[in-house]
Amino acid sequence: MATNASRAAARLMISPAVVLLLGWMLVPLGLTLYFSFLRYNLITPGANPFIGWENYYWFLTDPSFKAAMINTLLLVGGVLLITVIGGTMMALLLDQPMWGQGVIRIMVIAPFFVMPTVSGLVWKNMFMNPVNGIFGHLALGLGMEPLSFFSEIPLLSIIFIVSWQWLPFATLILLTALQSLDQEQLEAAEMDGATWVSRFIHVMLPHLARAITVVILIQTIFLLSIFAEILVTTNGGPGTSTTNLTYLIYVSSLLQFDVGMGSAGGVIAIILANIVAIFLMRMIGKNLDA
Amino acid sequence: MARSVTTSRKTMTTLFAGTLGLLIFFPVLWIVILSFKSEGDAIKAPLEVLFSTGWTAESYSAVQARSDYPKHFLNSVVIAFGSTLLGLLIAIPAAWAMAFVPAKRTKHVLMWMLSTKMLPPVGVLIPIYLIYRDLGILDSRIGLVFVLMMINLPIIIWMLFTYFREIPGEVLEAARMDGASLREEIIHVLAPMAIPGMASTALLNIILAWNEAFWTLNLTSAKAAPLTAFIASYSSPEGLFYAKLSAASVMAIAPILVLGWFSQKQLVRGLTFGAVK
Repeated sequence: MATNASRAAARLMISPAVVLLLGWMLVPLGLTLYFSFLRYNLITPGANPFIGWENYYWFLTDPSFKAAMINTLLLVGGVLLITVIGGTMMALLLDQPMWGQGVIRIMVIAPFFVMPTVSGLVWKNMFMNPVNGIFGHLALGLGMEPLSFFSEIPLLSIIFIVSWQWLPFATLILLTALQSLDQEQLEAAEMDGATWVSRFIHVMLPHLARAITVVILIQTIFLLSIFAEILVTTNGGPGTSTTNLTYLIYVSSLLQFDVGMGSAGGVIAIILANIVAIFLMRMIGKNLDA
Repeated sequence: MARSVTTSRKTMTTLFAGTLGLLIFFPVLWIVILSFKSEGDAIKAPLEVLFSTGWTAESYSAVQARSDYPKHFLNSVVIAFGSTLLGLLIAIPAAWAMAFVPAKRTKHVLMWMLSTKMLPPVGVLIPIYLIYRDLGILDSRIGLVFVLMMINLPIIIWMLFTYFREIPGEVLEAARMDGASLREEIIHVLAPMAIPGMASTALLNIILAWNEAFWTLNLTSAKAAPLTAFIASYSSPEGLFYAKLSAASVMAIAPILVLGWFSQKQLVRGLTFGAVK
Protein backbone atom coordinates (compact mmCIF):
# COMPACT_ATOMS: atom_id res chain seq x y z
CA MET A 1 0.00 0.00 0.00
CA ALA A 2 1.59 3.18 -1.12
CA THR A 3 1.04 6.36 0.80
CA ASN A 4 1.04 9.78 -0.80
CA ALA A 5 4.44 10.45 0.71
CA SER A 6 5.93 7.33 -0.81
CA ARG A 7 4.35 8.18 -4.15
CA ALA A 8 6.01 11.55 -4.11
CA ALA A 9 9.31 9.91 -3.20
CA ALA A 10 8.84 7.41 -6.02
CA ARG A 11 8.29 10.17 -8.54
CA LEU A 12 11.43 11.86 -7.31
CA MET A 13 13.37 8.63 -7.74
CA ILE A 14 12.15 8.10 -11.28
CA SER A 15 12.57 11.66 -12.47
CA PRO A 16 16.34 11.72 -13.22
CA ALA A 17 15.96 8.75 -15.55
CA VAL A 18 12.88 10.22 -17.20
CA VAL A 19 14.42 13.66 -17.67
CA LEU A 20 17.61 12.23 -19.15
CA LEU A 21 15.86 9.88 -21.53
CA LEU A 22 13.41 12.56 -22.56
CA GLY A 23 16.26 14.92 -23.33
CA TRP A 24 18.20 12.17 -25.09
CA MET A 25 15.19 11.48 -27.27
CA LEU A 26 13.81 14.94 -27.96
CA VAL A 27 16.92 17.08 -28.42
CA PRO A 28 18.73 15.01 -31.07
CA LEU A 29 15.48 13.95 -32.69
CA GLY A 30 14.30 17.54 -32.96
CA LEU A 31 17.65 18.66 -34.32
CA THR A 32 17.79 15.85 -36.89
CA LEU A 33 14.34 16.79 -38.06
CA TYR A 34 15.29 20.47 -38.19
CA PHE A 35 18.57 19.91 -40.05
CA SER A 36 16.81 17.70 -42.58
CA PHE A 37 15.01 20.75 -43.94
CA LEU A 38 18.13 22.91 -44.24
CA ARG A 39 20.83 23.26 -46.85
CA TYR A 40 23.60 22.61 -44.38
CA ASN A 41 27.05 21.45 -45.41
CA LEU A 42 30.00 21.69 -43.04
CA ILE A 43 32.39 22.44 -45.91
CA THR A 44 30.47 25.46 -47.19
CA PRO A 45 30.10 27.78 -44.22
CA GLY A 46 27.55 30.55 -44.13
CA ALA A 47 23.80 30.66 -43.85
CA ASN A 48 21.87 27.44 -43.77
CA PRO A 49 18.69 28.28 -45.65
CA PHE A 50 15.44 26.41 -45.26
CA ILE A 51 14.86 24.31 -48.37
CA GLY A 52 11.76 22.29 -47.55
CA TRP A 53 11.74 18.70 -48.72
CA GLU A 54 14.70 19.07 -51.06
CA ASN A 55 17.06 16.88 -49.00
CA TYR A 56 14.45 14.16 -48.85
CA TYR A 57 13.92 14.42 -52.57
CA TRP A 58 17.64 14.06 -53.36
CA PHE A 59 18.18 11.38 -50.77
CA LEU A 60 15.26 9.25 -51.92
CA THR A 61 15.96 9.60 -55.64
CA ASP A 62 19.67 8.91 -55.33
CA PRO A 63 20.39 5.47 -56.85
CA SER A 64 22.54 4.64 -53.85
CA PHE A 65 19.46 4.96 -51.63
CA LYS A 66 17.69 2.25 -53.58
CA ALA A 67 20.83 0.11 -53.43
CA ALA A 68 21.16 0.74 -49.71
CA MET A 69 17.54 -0.22 -49.05
CA ILE A 70 17.94 -3.46 -50.97
CA ASN A 71 21.21 -4.23 -49.21
CA THR A 72 19.66 -3.48 -45.83
CA LEU A 73 16.75 -5.82 -46.56
CA LEU A 74 19.06 -8.57 -47.82
CA LEU A 75 21.40 -8.17 -44.87
CA VAL A 76 18.66 -8.19 -42.24
CA GLY A 77 16.62 -10.89 -44.00
CA GLY A 78 19.60 -13.11 -44.75
CA VAL A 79 20.98 -12.96 -41.23
CA LEU A 80 17.53 -13.56 -39.73
CA LEU A 81 16.97 -16.58 -41.95
CA ILE A 82 20.33 -18.13 -41.09
CA THR A 83 20.26 -17.38 -37.38
CA VAL A 84 16.64 -18.37 -36.72
CA ILE A 85 16.83 -21.68 -38.60
CA GLY A 86 20.39 -22.38 -37.46
CA GLY A 87 19.60 -21.26 -33.92
CA THR A 88 16.54 -23.51 -33.69
CA MET A 89 18.56 -26.48 -34.87
CA MET A 90 21.42 -25.69 -32.51
CA ALA A 91 19.00 -25.28 -29.60
CA LEU A 92 17.30 -28.62 -30.36
CA LEU A 93 20.71 -30.26 -30.57
CA LEU A 94 22.03 -28.73 -27.35
CA ASP A 95 18.85 -29.76 -25.55
CA GLN A 96 19.70 -33.43 -26.16
CA PRO A 97 21.50 -35.39 -23.48
CA MET A 98 25.25 -35.36 -24.08
CA TRP A 99 28.55 -35.25 -22.28
CA GLY A 100 30.32 -31.97 -21.74
CA GLN A 101 27.27 -29.91 -22.59
CA GLY A 102 28.57 -26.95 -20.61
CA VAL A 103 31.80 -26.81 -22.59
CA ILE A 104 30.03 -27.13 -25.94
CA ARG A 105 27.60 -24.40 -24.95
CA ILE A 106 30.44 -22.08 -24.05
CA MET A 107 32.06 -22.64 -27.44
CA VAL A 108 28.79 -21.95 -29.27
CA ILE A 109 28.10 -18.75 -27.35
CA ALA A 110 31.59 -17.26 -27.71
CA PRO A 111 31.12 -15.34 -31.01
CA PHE A 112 28.51 -13.11 -29.41
CA PHE A 113 31.14 -11.61 -27.12
CA VAL A 114 33.61 -10.84 -29.87
CA MET A 115 33.55 -7.13 -30.67
CA PRO A 116 32.31 -6.30 -34.20
CA THR A 117 35.58 -4.80 -35.41
CA VAL A 118 37.49 -7.91 -34.36
CA SER A 119 35.12 -10.36 -36.03
CA GLY A 120 35.06 -8.28 -39.20
CA LEU A 121 38.83 -8.11 -39.47
CA VAL A 122 39.48 -11.69 -38.42
CA TRP A 123 37.08 -13.14 -40.99
CA LYS A 124 38.31 -10.76 -43.67
CA ASN A 125 42.01 -11.48 -43.20
CA MET A 126 42.48 -14.87 -41.61
CA PHE A 127 39.66 -16.65 -43.45
CA MET A 128 38.41 -14.84 -46.53
CA ASN A 129 41.68 -13.43 -47.83
CA PRO A 130 42.17 -15.31 -51.12
CA VAL A 131 45.95 -15.58 -50.72
CA ASN A 132 46.67 -16.07 -47.04
CA GLY A 133 43.25 -16.92 -45.61
CA ILE A 134 42.21 -20.38 -44.50
CA PHE A 135 39.46 -20.63 -47.13
CA GLY A 136 42.03 -19.79 -49.80
CA HIS A 137 44.40 -22.48 -48.53
CA LEU A 138 41.52 -24.98 -48.38
CA ALA A 139 40.46 -24.20 -51.95
CA LEU A 140 44.02 -24.66 -53.20
CA GLY A 141 44.26 -27.92 -51.27
CA LEU A 142 41.13 -29.16 -53.01
CA GLY A 143 42.48 -28.03 -56.36
CA MET A 144 40.04 -25.15 -56.75
CA GLU A 145 40.53 -21.49 -57.51
CA PRO A 146 40.46 -19.44 -54.26
CA LEU A 147 37.45 -17.18 -54.04
CA SER A 148 38.00 -13.47 -53.59
CA PHE A 149 35.13 -13.06 -51.14
CA PHE A 150 34.88 -9.31 -50.82
CA SER A 151 35.07 -8.57 -54.53
CA GLU A 152 32.95 -11.45 -55.82
CA ILE A 153 30.32 -11.99 -53.11
CA PRO A 154 30.76 -8.96 -50.86
CA LEU A 155 27.27 -8.79 -49.36
CA LEU A 156 27.07 -12.55 -48.80
CA SER A 157 30.42 -12.40 -47.01
CA ILE A 158 29.10 -9.74 -44.65
CA ILE A 159 25.86 -11.67 -44.12
CA PHE A 160 28.01 -14.66 -43.20
CA ILE A 161 30.13 -12.72 -40.69
CA VAL A 162 27.13 -11.09 -39.04
CA SER A 163 25.32 -14.43 -38.88
CA TRP A 164 28.30 -15.91 -37.08
CA GLN A 165 28.01 -13.16 -34.50
CA TRP A 166 24.26 -13.52 -33.98
CA LEU A 167 23.79 -17.29 -34.18
CA PRO A 168 24.75 -17.62 -30.50
CA PHE A 169 22.11 -15.10 -29.49
CA ALA A 170 19.33 -16.99 -31.28
CA THR A 171 20.62 -20.32 -29.99
CA LEU A 172 20.83 -19.13 -26.41
CA ILE A 173 17.34 -17.64 -26.32
CA LEU A 174 15.70 -20.55 -28.10
CA LEU A 175 17.53 -23.00 -25.85
CA THR A 176 16.27 -21.14 -22.78
CA ALA A 177 12.75 -21.28 -24.15
CA LEU A 178 13.08 -24.97 -25.03
CA GLN A 179 14.22 -25.83 -21.54
CA SER A 180 11.08 -24.32 -20.07
CA LEU A 181 8.99 -26.74 -22.13
CA ASP A 182 6.95 -29.14 -20.06
CA GLN A 183 8.72 -32.52 -20.40
CA GLU A 184 5.55 -34.44 -19.53
CA GLN A 185 3.80 -32.98 -22.52
CA LEU A 186 6.54 -34.30 -24.76
CA GLU A 187 6.49 -37.69 -23.12
CA ALA A 188 2.71 -37.90 -23.48
CA ALA A 189 3.03 -37.14 -27.17
CA GLU A 190 5.74 -39.73 -27.48
CA MET A 191 3.61 -42.39 -25.77
CA ASP A 192 0.76 -41.59 -28.11
CA GLY A 193 3.11 -42.65 -30.84
CA ALA A 194 3.88 -39.21 -32.26
CA THR A 195 7.00 -39.22 -34.39
CA TRP A 196 9.84 -36.80 -33.69
CA VAL A 197 8.75 -34.61 -36.59
CA SER A 198 5.15 -34.31 -35.44
CA ARG A 199 6.31 -33.73 -31.86
CA PHE A 200 8.46 -30.89 -33.16
CA ILE A 201 5.70 -29.35 -35.25
CA HIS A 202 2.84 -29.74 -32.80
CA VAL A 203 4.48 -29.40 -29.40
CA MET A 204 7.88 -27.70 -29.64
CA LEU A 205 7.30 -25.18 -32.41
CA PRO A 206 4.17 -23.62 -30.86
CA HIS A 207 6.06 -23.35 -27.59
CA LEU A 208 9.00 -21.71 -29.37
CA ALA A 209 6.88 -19.34 -31.46
CA ARG A 210 7.04 -16.56 -28.92
CA ALA A 211 10.79 -16.83 -28.41
CA ILE A 212 11.35 -16.91 -32.17
CA THR A 213 9.31 -13.72 -32.55
CA VAL A 214 11.37 -12.05 -29.85
CA VAL A 215 14.60 -13.15 -31.53
CA ILE A 216 13.44 -11.79 -34.89
CA LEU A 217 12.33 -8.43 -33.52
CA ILE A 218 15.34 -7.78 -31.31
CA GLN A 219 17.82 -8.87 -33.92
CA THR A 220 16.12 -6.67 -36.50
CA ILE A 221 16.61 -3.63 -34.29
CA PHE A 222 20.33 -4.37 -34.04
CA LEU A 223 20.78 -5.57 -37.63
CA LEU A 224 19.32 -2.38 -39.08
CA SER A 225 22.26 -0.59 -37.45
CA ILE A 226 25.10 -2.84 -38.65
CA PHE A 227 28.03 -0.53 -39.16
CA ALA A 228 31.43 -1.60 -37.84
CA GLU A 229 31.54 -4.88 -39.78
CA ILE A 230 31.07 -2.96 -43.03
CA LEU A 231 33.50 -0.20 -42.09
CA VAL A 232 36.42 -2.54 -41.44
CA THR A 233 35.82 -4.98 -44.31
CA THR A 234 34.48 -3.30 -47.45
CA ASN A 235 33.84 0.37 -46.65
CA GLY A 236 30.48 -0.14 -48.30
CA GLY A 237 31.97 -1.27 -51.60
CA PRO A 238 32.74 -2.33 -54.18
CA GLY A 239 30.59 0.51 -55.46
CA THR A 240 27.58 0.47 -53.19
CA SER A 241 27.22 -3.31 -53.06
CA THR A 242 27.61 -3.52 -49.28
CA THR A 243 26.30 -0.08 -48.33
CA ASN A 244 23.34 -0.39 -45.99
CA LEU A 245 21.17 2.49 -44.86
CA THR A 246 23.23 3.14 -41.74
CA TYR A 247 26.45 3.22 -43.74
CA LEU A 248 24.95 5.46 -46.44
CA ILE A 249 23.92 8.02 -43.86
CA TYR A 250 27.37 7.82 -42.27
CA VAL A 251 28.94 8.49 -45.67
CA SER A 252 26.79 11.49 -46.49
CA SER A 253 27.06 13.08 -43.07
CA LEU A 254 30.53 12.34 -41.70
CA LEU A 255 32.44 11.77 -44.93
CA GLN A 256 30.72 14.25 -47.23
CA PHE A 257 29.82 16.61 -44.38
CA ASP A 258 26.31 17.03 -45.78
CA VAL A 259 24.40 17.54 -42.53
CA GLY A 260 21.08 18.24 -44.27
CA MET A 261 21.17 15.17 -46.47
CA GLY A 262 22.42 12.93 -43.67
CA SER A 263 19.65 14.17 -41.42
CA ALA A 264 17.00 13.44 -44.03
CA GLY A 265 18.42 9.90 -44.21
CA GLY A 266 18.40 9.74 -40.44
CA VAL A 267 14.72 10.61 -40.30
CA ILE A 268 13.98 7.85 -42.82
CA ALA A 269 16.01 5.36 -40.77
CA ILE A 270 14.06 6.35 -37.66
CA ILE A 271 10.73 5.80 -39.42
CA LEU A 272 11.82 2.35 -40.63
CA ALA A 273 13.07 1.30 -37.21
CA ASN A 274 9.83 2.45 -35.65
CA ILE A 275 7.78 0.13 -37.81
CA VAL A 276 9.73 -2.80 -36.36
CA ALA A 277 9.68 -1.31 -32.90
CA ILE A 278 5.90 -1.12 -32.74
CA PHE A 279 5.61 -4.87 -33.14
CA LEU A 280 8.35 -5.55 -30.62
CA MET A 281 6.79 -3.23 -28.06
CA ARG A 282 3.46 -5.01 -28.34
CA MET A 283 5.12 -8.35 -27.60
CA ILE A 284 6.95 -7.02 -24.58
CA GLY A 285 3.95 -5.05 -23.36
CA LYS A 286 1.86 -8.21 -23.26
CA ASN A 287 4.47 -9.85 -21.10
CA LEU A 288 4.30 -7.01 -18.61
CA ASP A 289 0.67 -7.75 -17.87
CA ALA A 290 1.34 -11.39 -17.20
CA MET B 1 11.06 -39.59 -14.92
CA ALA B 2 14.15 -38.95 -16.96
CA ARG B 3 14.06 -40.46 -20.38
CA SER B 4 16.60 -43.18 -20.77
CA VAL B 5 19.05 -42.68 -23.57
CA THR B 6 21.37 -45.29 -24.89
CA THR B 7 25.05 -44.65 -24.41
CA SER B 8 25.78 -44.97 -28.10
CA ARG B 9 23.23 -42.32 -28.99
CA LYS B 10 24.59 -40.03 -26.34
CA THR B 11 28.07 -40.53 -27.74
CA MET B 12 26.92 -39.71 -31.24
CA THR B 13 25.16 -36.54 -30.05
CA THR B 14 28.24 -35.49 -28.13
CA LEU B 15 30.50 -36.01 -31.12
CA PHE B 16 28.19 -34.16 -33.49
CA ALA B 17 27.48 -31.23 -31.18
CA GLY B 18 31.14 -31.06 -30.18
CA THR B 19 32.24 -30.83 -33.80
CA LEU B 20 29.70 -28.11 -34.56
CA GLY B 21 30.65 -26.22 -31.41
CA LEU B 22 34.31 -26.41 -32.33
CA LEU B 23 33.59 -25.12 -35.84
CA ILE B 24 31.68 -22.13 -34.46
CA PHE B 25 34.39 -21.47 -31.89
CA PHE B 26 37.22 -22.05 -34.36
CA PRO B 27 37.89 -18.39 -35.36
CA VAL B 28 38.48 -17.48 -31.72
CA LEU B 29 40.72 -20.48 -31.21
CA TRP B 30 42.57 -19.70 -34.41
CA ILE B 31 43.53 -16.15 -33.48
CA VAL B 32 44.80 -17.41 -30.13
CA ILE B 33 47.08 -19.81 -32.02
CA LEU B 34 48.17 -17.22 -34.58
CA SER B 35 48.93 -14.68 -31.90
CA PHE B 36 51.73 -16.93 -30.63
CA LYS B 37 53.28 -17.46 -34.06
CA SER B 38 55.78 -15.36 -35.95
CA GLU B 39 54.41 -13.20 -38.76
CA GLY B 40 56.04 -15.47 -41.31
CA ASP B 41 54.38 -18.58 -39.89
CA ALA B 42 50.99 -16.93 -39.45
CA ILE B 43 50.25 -16.72 -43.18
CA LYS B 44 51.11 -20.34 -43.93
CA ALA B 45 48.53 -23.01 -44.70
CA PRO B 46 46.53 -24.04 -41.61
CA LEU B 47 48.26 -27.38 -41.10
CA GLU B 48 51.70 -25.85 -41.53
CA VAL B 49 50.78 -23.21 -38.97
CA LEU B 50 49.65 -25.85 -36.54
CA PHE B 51 52.78 -27.97 -36.90
CA SER B 52 55.32 -25.20 -37.18
CA THR B 53 57.22 -25.54 -33.95
CA GLY B 54 58.10 -21.95 -33.22
CA TRP B 55 55.94 -20.37 -30.57
CA THR B 56 56.59 -16.79 -29.63
CA ALA B 57 54.96 -14.00 -27.69
CA GLU B 58 56.72 -11.32 -29.73
CA SER B 59 53.46 -10.14 -31.33
CA TYR B 60 52.11 -9.21 -27.95
CA SER B 61 55.07 -6.98 -27.20
CA ALA B 62 54.98 -5.60 -30.76
CA VAL B 63 51.36 -4.53 -30.31
CA GLN B 64 52.14 -2.92 -26.98
CA ALA B 65 55.08 -1.06 -28.44
CA ARG B 66 53.51 0.09 -31.64
CA SER B 67 50.31 1.77 -30.71
CA ASP B 68 50.07 2.57 -27.11
CA TYR B 69 47.82 -0.40 -26.48
CA PRO B 70 47.52 0.21 -22.70
CA LYS B 71 45.98 3.62 -23.37
CA HIS B 72 43.23 2.12 -25.52
CA PHE B 73 42.66 -0.67 -23.06
CA LEU B 74 42.32 1.87 -20.28
CA ASN B 75 39.87 3.86 -22.42
CA SER B 76 37.74 0.74 -22.86
CA VAL B 77 37.79 0.07 -19.14
CA VAL B 78 36.91 3.65 -18.22
CA ILE B 79 34.13 3.86 -20.80
CA ALA B 80 32.58 0.46 -20.07
CA PHE B 81 32.76 0.71 -16.28
CA GLY B 82 32.04 4.43 -16.16
CA SER B 83 28.90 4.21 -18.26
CA THR B 84 27.73 1.18 -16.27
CA LEU B 85 28.24 2.80 -12.87
CA LEU B 86 26.63 6.03 -13.93
CA GLY B 87 23.74 4.10 -15.48
CA LEU B 88 23.21 2.07 -12.30
CA LEU B 89 23.26 5.23 -10.21
CA ILE B 90 20.37 6.65 -12.20
CA ALA B 91 18.54 3.38 -12.86
CA ILE B 92 18.48 1.84 -9.40
CA PRO B 93 16.21 4.48 -7.80
CA ALA B 94 13.97 4.52 -10.87
CA ALA B 95 13.59 0.74 -11.16
CA TRP B 96 13.17 0.54 -7.42
CA ALA B 97 10.34 3.02 -7.33
CA MET B 98 8.57 1.41 -10.27
CA ALA B 99 8.83 -2.06 -8.79
CA PHE B 100 7.77 -1.23 -5.24
CA VAL B 101 5.52 1.80 -5.64
CA PRO B 102 3.79 1.01 -8.92
CA ALA B 103 1.43 3.68 -10.15
CA LYS B 104 -1.13 3.53 -12.92
CA ARG B 105 1.32 4.98 -15.40
CA THR B 106 4.29 2.82 -14.46
CA LYS B 107 3.75 0.42 -17.34
CA HIS B 108 3.55 3.28 -19.82
CA VAL B 109 6.70 4.86 -18.45
CA LEU B 110 8.54 1.56 -18.79
CA MET B 111 7.34 1.03 -22.34
CA TRP B 112 8.29 4.56 -23.26
CA MET B 113 11.78 4.09 -21.84
CA LEU B 114 12.13 0.97 -23.93
CA SER B 115 11.02 2.83 -27.03
CA THR B 116 13.99 5.20 -26.71
CA LYS B 117 16.22 2.15 -27.22
CA MET B 118 14.57 1.58 -30.60
CA LEU B 119 15.91 4.85 -31.93
CA PRO B 120 18.52 3.92 -34.57
CA PRO B 121 21.82 5.52 -33.56
CA VAL B 122 22.47 6.77 -37.08
CA GLY B 123 19.27 8.83 -36.82
CA VAL B 124 20.75 10.97 -34.07
CA LEU B 125 24.42 10.76 -35.03
CA ILE B 126 24.61 14.22 -36.59
CA PRO B 127 23.13 16.26 -33.74
CA ILE B 128 25.22 14.41 -31.15
CA TYR B 129 28.32 14.86 -33.29
CA LEU B 130 27.72 18.60 -33.73
CA ILE B 131 26.81 19.16 -30.08
CA TYR B 132 29.94 17.30 -29.01
CA ARG B 133 32.04 19.32 -31.44
CA ASP B 134 30.67 22.58 -30.07
CA LEU B 135 31.17 21.46 -26.47
CA GLY B 136 34.68 20.31 -27.34
CA ILE B 137 34.07 16.75 -26.11
CA LEU B 138 34.55 14.92 -29.39
CA ASP B 139 37.13 12.21 -28.81
CA SER B 140 36.81 12.43 -25.04
CA ARG B 141 36.11 9.67 -22.56
CA ILE B 142 33.47 11.68 -20.75
CA GLY B 143 31.54 12.14 -23.98
CA LEU B 144 31.53 8.42 -24.69
CA VAL B 145 30.65 7.52 -21.11
CA PHE B 146 27.58 9.70 -21.43
CA VAL B 147 26.44 8.36 -24.81
CA LEU B 148 26.91 4.73 -23.85
CA MET B 149 25.17 5.34 -20.53
CA MET B 150 22.20 6.81 -22.39
CA ILE B 151 21.87 4.08 -25.00
CA ASN B 152 22.02 1.34 -22.35
CA LEU B 153 19.96 3.07 -19.66
CA PRO B 154 16.66 1.54 -20.86
CA ILE B 155 18.17 -1.95 -20.69
CA ILE B 156 19.55 -1.32 -17.21
CA ILE B 157 16.25 -0.01 -15.90
CA TRP B 158 14.32 -2.87 -17.44
CA MET B 159 16.62 -5.54 -16.15
CA LEU B 160 16.69 -4.12 -12.65
CA PHE B 161 12.92 -3.78 -12.76
CA THR B 162 12.43 -7.46 -13.61
CA TYR B 163 14.76 -8.42 -10.76
CA PHE B 164 13.25 -6.06 -8.20
CA ARG B 165 9.75 -7.15 -9.12
CA GLU B 166 10.61 -10.65 -7.96
CA ILE B 167 11.40 -9.45 -4.44
CA PRO B 168 8.25 -10.10 -2.43
CA GLY B 169 6.81 -6.92 -0.96
CA GLU B 170 5.52 -8.84 2.05
CA VAL B 171 9.05 -9.32 3.30
CA LEU B 172 9.42 -5.56 3.54
CA GLU B 173 6.16 -5.15 5.36
CA ALA B 174 7.06 -7.91 7.78
CA ALA B 175 10.36 -6.21 8.54
CA ARG B 176 8.57 -2.93 9.07
CA MET B 177 6.11 -4.57 11.46
CA ASP B 178 8.98 -5.97 13.45
CA GLY B 179 10.05 -2.41 14.00
CA ALA B 180 12.92 -2.21 11.54
CA SER B 181 13.93 1.32 10.60
CA LEU B 182 14.17 2.24 6.94
CA ARG B 183 17.93 2.02 7.13
CA GLU B 184 17.84 -1.44 8.69
CA GLU B 185 15.23 -2.48 6.20
CA ILE B 186 17.47 -1.52 3.30
CA ILE B 187 20.69 -2.95 4.70
CA HIS B 188 19.43 -6.22 6.15
CA VAL B 189 16.41 -7.11 4.09
CA LEU B 190 16.50 -5.49 0.68
CA ALA B 191 20.19 -5.37 -0.16
CA PRO B 192 20.84 -9.11 0.14
CA MET B 193 17.94 -9.79 -2.20
CA ALA B 194 18.71 -7.02 -4.66
CA ILE B 195 22.47 -7.29 -5.03
CA PRO B 196 22.59 -10.39 -7.25
CA GLY B 197 20.24 -8.73 -9.74
CA MET B 198 22.26 -5.53 -9.72
CA ALA B 199 25.47 -7.46 -10.24
CA SER B 200 24.16 -9.31 -13.28
CA THR B 201 22.76 -6.11 -14.72
CA ALA B 202 26.14 -4.46 -14.33
CA LEU B 203 27.87 -7.44 -15.92
CA LEU B 204 25.67 -7.45 -19.02
CA ASN B 205 26.00 -3.72 -19.39
CA ILE B 206 29.79 -3.81 -19.19
CA ILE B 207 29.79 -6.39 -21.99
CA LEU B 208 27.48 -4.31 -24.18
CA ALA B 209 29.46 -1.14 -23.60
CA TRP B 210 32.81 -2.85 -24.17
CA ASN B 211 31.71 -4.13 -27.58
CA GLU B 212 29.75 -1.08 -28.71
CA ALA B 213 31.11 -0.09 -32.10
CA PHE B 214 28.96 2.62 -33.61
CA TRP B 215 29.40 5.52 -31.25
CA THR B 216 32.93 4.56 -30.24
CA LEU B 217 34.03 4.54 -33.88
CA ASN B 218 32.25 7.74 -34.85
CA LEU B 219 32.96 9.93 -31.84
CA THR B 220 36.64 9.14 -31.29
CA SER B 221 39.75 9.57 -33.37
CA ALA B 222 42.81 8.94 -31.22
CA LYS B 223 42.83 10.23 -27.68
CA ALA B 224 39.74 8.50 -26.29
CA ALA B 225 39.59 5.59 -28.74
CA PRO B 226 38.71 2.35 -26.95
CA LEU B 227 39.73 -1.10 -28.20
CA THR B 228 36.92 -1.32 -30.79
CA ALA B 229 38.39 1.71 -32.57
CA PHE B 230 41.99 0.65 -31.97
CA ILE B 231 41.34 -2.72 -33.68
CA ALA B 232 39.68 -0.91 -36.58
CA SER B 233 43.02 0.77 -37.30
CA TYR B 234 44.19 -2.64 -38.55
CA SER B 235 41.71 -2.46 -41.43
CA SER B 236 44.35 -0.89 -43.66
CA PRO B 237 46.89 -3.68 -43.94
CA GLU B 238 50.60 -3.02 -43.84
CA GLY B 239 52.99 -5.85 -44.68
CA LEU B 240 52.64 -8.94 -42.57
CA PHE B 241 50.29 -8.27 -39.70
CA TYR B 242 48.25 -11.43 -39.02
CA ALA B 243 50.07 -12.32 -35.83
CA LYS B 244 49.91 -8.76 -34.54
CA LEU B 245 46.22 -8.43 -35.43
CA SER B 246 45.61 -11.74 -33.65
CA ALA B 247 47.46 -10.67 -30.54
CA ALA B 248 45.62 -7.33 -30.42
CA SER B 249 42.29 -9.10 -30.96
CA VAL B 250 42.93 -11.69 -28.27
CA MET B 251 43.76 -8.98 -25.76
CA ALA B 252 40.66 -7.03 -26.77
CA ILE B 253 38.17 -9.89 -26.47
CA ALA B 254 39.64 -12.05 -23.70
CA PRO B 255 38.35 -10.06 -20.71
CA ILE B 256 34.84 -9.85 -22.06
CA LEU B 257 34.76 -13.48 -23.19
CA VAL B 258 35.42 -14.50 -19.62
CA LEU B 259 32.77 -12.16 -18.22
CA GLY B 260 30.34 -13.25 -20.92
CA TRP B 261 30.60 -16.91 -20.07
CA PHE B 262 29.53 -16.09 -16.54
CA SER B 263 26.53 -14.11 -17.68
CA GLN B 264 24.75 -16.43 -20.14
CA LYS B 265 21.50 -16.51 -18.18
CA GLN B 266 21.39 -12.76 -17.57
CA LEU B 267 22.08 -12.17 -21.21
CA VAL B 268 18.80 -13.79 -22.21
CA ARG B 269 16.80 -11.91 -19.64
CA GLY B 270 18.48 -8.58 -20.30
CA LEU B 271 18.42 -8.61 -24.06
CA THR B 272 14.83 -9.80 -24.35
CA PHE B 273 13.64 -7.28 -21.74
CA GLY B 274 12.25 -10.11 -19.65
CA ALA B 275 10.19 -11.56 -22.51
CA VAL B 276 12.15 -14.81 -22.37
CA LYS B 277 13.36 -16.13 -19.03
